[in-house]
Amino acid sequence: MIREKYYISDFCVIRDKKVFKNGTEVYADSEALSVKDFAKGIYKFLDLKYPKFHKMDELCKLGFLASEVLLKDKEKVDQDTALVLSNQASSLDTDRKHQLSIQDRENFYPSPAVFVYTLPNIIMGEISIKNKMKSENAFFVTDNFDADFITLYSEVLMNTGKATNVICGWVDLDNDKYDVFLAFLSKKGNKELTKEELNKLYKQ
Amino acid sequence: MAELREELKEKLIEQLSLEDVEVSEIGDDDPLFGDGLGLDSIDALELIVLLEKDYGIKLKDPKEGKAIFESISVMADYISKHRTK
Repeated sequence: MIREKYYISDFCVIRDKKVFKNGTEVYADSEALSVKDFAKGIYKFLDLKYPKFHKMDELCKLGFLASEVLLKDKEKVDQDTALVLSNQASSLDTDRKHQLSIQDRENFYPSPAVFVYTLPNIIMGEISIKNKMKSENAFFVTDNFDADFITLYSEVLMNTGKATNVICGWVDLDNDKYDVFLAFLSKKGNKELTKEELNKLYKQ
Repeated sequence: MAELREELKEKLIEQLSLEDVEVSEIGDDDPLFGDGLGLDSIDALELIVLLEKDYGIKLKDPKEGKAIFESISVMADYISKHRTK
């Protein structure tokens, strides 16, 4: 059986108060005091008009913004573009906020708006809603970005006709420390998809 | 009552993260859901918590919220009649 070739057509990194697309810095805010402020700055920079953004937790905001940067110049996103994401801290950042709201029995007011984000895969729901994707999605919790596994999983999705393209990567946040990397995989592009290439781009 | 209506508008913006909305943009009789402010089902749950936390009103049936959260005016009227704090 001939192995189909796939490519990394675009990638986005959000790290250390900077946003990169395809290796080029597109936004930076060294003055941002919090992830919330930094994310809001990116939102304004991208000139987004999407009120639901403000309701998202910080993890979702970062994943959502990375997807917006990644898809910015694409005329159309195929509905069957799959999402394969991963991180290390799951939704721990928001889990703690939820825990704080329920630990005092005398002041027990859990917020539904916080509770809905106590699962990391909500990021994929937000990206899917925005881009009208009706596709396969999976979120994995691993110690580190596992380029080998993510590449294999994405290739299987495309090889078996489950997806035309895949947005894959790493969206991690814990206590104001964040690390975001998204890549758009398709049949077109300059960089051939291999675990080595994906890992190299992540580490850039 | 006018004071309560203004207070509710401020709380809505704060609690529901309506960052692009100003108090002056919310009309007293504007529908809060659907074509009005565009609130969703999670917002409705958040409003139920707000009623209990800030005004001591515990809704026995969440479906009651549909009528109570019709607009700021209706909400203010309901709160002024049923508040315990």
